[in-house]
Amino acid sequence: MNTAKKLFGAAALTVSIGLVTAGCGAAAPEPVETEAAPGSVDLRMSVWTSNEDQLALFDSIADAYKSDHPEIGSITFESLPFADYNTTLTTQIAGGNAPDLAWMGDLSKDLIAADALVPLTDELEATKGWDYDDLLGSVTAEFSVDDELYAYPFSNSPFALYVNTDLLTLAGQTLPAEDPTWEDISTIGAAVNAATGKAGFVIRDFDYSSWNTLATVWTGWGASAWSDDGATCTFDSPEMVDAFQFLHDAAFVDKSMPGPGVAADFFAGDAAFTVAQVSRASLLDGTFAYDVIPLPAGPEGDYSVIGQAGVGVLSSSAHTQEATDFLAFLTDPENAALLAQYFPPPRASLLTGEKLAENNAKLTAEQLQAVVVDQVPDSVTLPNHTNPAEIAQKGKAAFDAMWVADADVEAVLGEVCEAIQPVLAN
Amino acid sequence: MTVTTVETREAPAGASRHPAAPSRRRFWSASRRDQLAGYLFITPQLIGVVLFVLVPVGLAVWYSLNDWNIFSGRLEVVGGDNYADLLTDPQLPSVLLATVVFSGGIVVLNIALGLGLAVMLNRRFRGVTFFRTLFFSPVVVSVVAWTLVWGFLLQDNGGINGALSVIGIDGPNWLQSGDTAMIAVIVSQVVRSVGINMVLFLSALQGVPSELHEAARIDGAGSAAIFFRITLPLISPTVLLTAIITIVGALQAFAQIAVLTGGGPGLSTTVLVYYVFQQAFEFNNIGYGSTLALMLLTFVMLLTLLQWQLRKKWVFYED
Repeated sequence: MNTAKKLFGAAALTVSIGLVTAGCGAAAPEPVETEAAPGSVDLRMSVWTSNEDQLALFDSIADAYKSDHPEIGSITFESLPFADYNTTLTTQIAGGNAPDLAWMGDLSKDLIAADALVPLTDELEATKGWDYDDLLGSVTAEFSVDDELYAYPFSNSPFALYVNTDLLTLAGQTLPAEDPTWEDISTIGAAVNAATGKAGFVIRDFDYSSWNTLATVWTGWGASAWSDDGATCTFDSPEMVDAFQFLHDAAFVDKSMPGPGVAADFFAGDAAFTVAQVSRASLLDGTFAYDVIPLPAGPEGDYSVIGQAGVGVLSSSAHTQEATDFLAFLTDPENAALLAQYFPPPRASLLTGEKLAENNAKLTAEQLQAVVVDQVPDSVTLPNHTNPAEIAQKGKAAFDAMWVADADVEAVLGEVCEAIQPVLAN
Repeated sequence: MTVTTVETREAPAGASRHPAAPSRRRFWSASRRDQLAGYLFITPQLIGVVLFVLVPVGLAVWYSLNDWNIFSGRLEVVGGDNYADLLTDPQLPSVLLATVVFSGGIVVLNIALGLGLAVMLNRRFRGVTFFRTLFFSPVVVSVVAWTLVWGFLLQDNGGINGALSVIGIDGPNWLQSGDTAMIAVIVSQVVRSVGINMVLFLSALQGVPSELHEAARIDGAGSAAIFFRITLPLISPTVLLTAIITIVGALQAFAQIAVLTGGGPGLSTTVLVYYVFQQAFEFNNIGYGSTLALMLLTFVMLLTLLQWQLRKKWVFYED
């Protein structure tokens, strides 16, 4: 019996070594063909959009894929509410009811760290015509570990500065023609507030709660939330102190930013400026004249920040191979061009102002060139880390002390680091 | 004439006086049939309790002894580590303090206001039905809808500060300071739920015999003496009931916190049940979240037990 086991073990080892050697020696990986029976594979993909046009586009791509893949029984796009998306997806995973594919935002680091996502690089490189090298390095970094891609960054929406030019005119203000700075924006915002009672600048979705959106400001000061390896908090750096002193003064001294508890919606005409993603241009309804420009320069010069979303294959899926094949089809150059109608693409070949303008009624080709195409290649992403919800909550609990008139900015930032450092270290 | 047949459990006349042989004794005796009927009556409730109380509590105990990585599905036994974390969690003291302040505020205000309203509306005057309906109506409003409206009212430039400014008062930024945020959460919750206590107290007050009040007045007792020496003792069972359901309700308050303050500013309104939610479902610390949930369960059970024991001292007319 023992001899038989040893012989079997030796044979298995030999086969394994042979397979590994063959793998190392191969020039390029070959896509794996499915062996599933016809109609036996039902795929489910979780998304957070409920836009009927977007869902119709996904359905049409899925229908095209099914026509060439008899093993596919159905492909369902499950629309989950955005506000509870992470919680719902996590609960599904915990309950053994995970989807086969899923959109992901700040949950990606946790999923990658737990080996819950299928590596994609080999499959995508091996897919004929997929053109892996077309992906921009700046947008794949967030979803990669050691050059292995775990989620396709289908949406890469830069943050831009929206300007209500009607309000500026009403207040007798003009925006500098060249490279406005945050100081300019604060000065003009304060003047608009004084003259009209409307808000100066609003960091959309911040609402004195979602502090990570303030990366759209502090990056201009050369600050970052934590070190590159994510292990050390850097909120107490001098650059960050300067950036938050600017924001604190804007809220409590200059009155160029609405204070805590004051509601002001730029898209309803309540503010002169807002920092928001380019994709929010759909909220512009033409009730006031507007412009959209890149983020203002900070003391460290020009910079750009993007918010990203990716789509990956859950390794708990019973059909990882088929799901990965479908993902490769969904994101090939042809379908990526279709998705670019709604989501700024990660492919260099699709990033031109003219192409983006074909499907954007709100912004001109020149505006899109300036606020999307020119920004994405050198952009940084909003802060992301494993345990994002815990970091967000502990950070917020400490940041709340910042938003009073007599706050000690430097001391509060030190307390933020004290609060989140144990989580970062884990 | 109606003839009623009563089944007797004694041997019928003429039956053999010798005991029947064991093999001939009917299995479904009257006693067993009674027992079966009893069990059938409680079975639906029993199934619910087992499925939705005992099994989850058992699972919570199991999870509290484990570290569960939801994303990878790995469950690792850590013994008492999660219980040890209760002692070192830097946020827990603030959470417990907020829980005590919130629950205490809710209980005191809710019972005092509910009793006061009931006493005022336990009289005959024009419009009494309107006022009873008015104070009870928030009870039937959705908690989330109610809290959302209060959220708008409590904004710095919201309706409450707008009303205060009319009379020359510069109102605070209610939800941005820890003290005022807690007051805002408590008041919004009390205004919504005081109607149910008011109705319970009204019912109890109307059960107090008026002869006792008349007799006391004849004996020269004032209104305060009548209330504290006659009315309150007579409705003390209802006071106990409302105290228990108000405390348990306050310890379970979740939507009000989640919608109105999100537990902030800082941790000032993060009560225990909201903290359990955060740990288990936002931070995915299922093991530690389960440990906190068991601690909450223990608190509720101890409080209920304590009140049940204290009833012997302060509840009159208990059997």
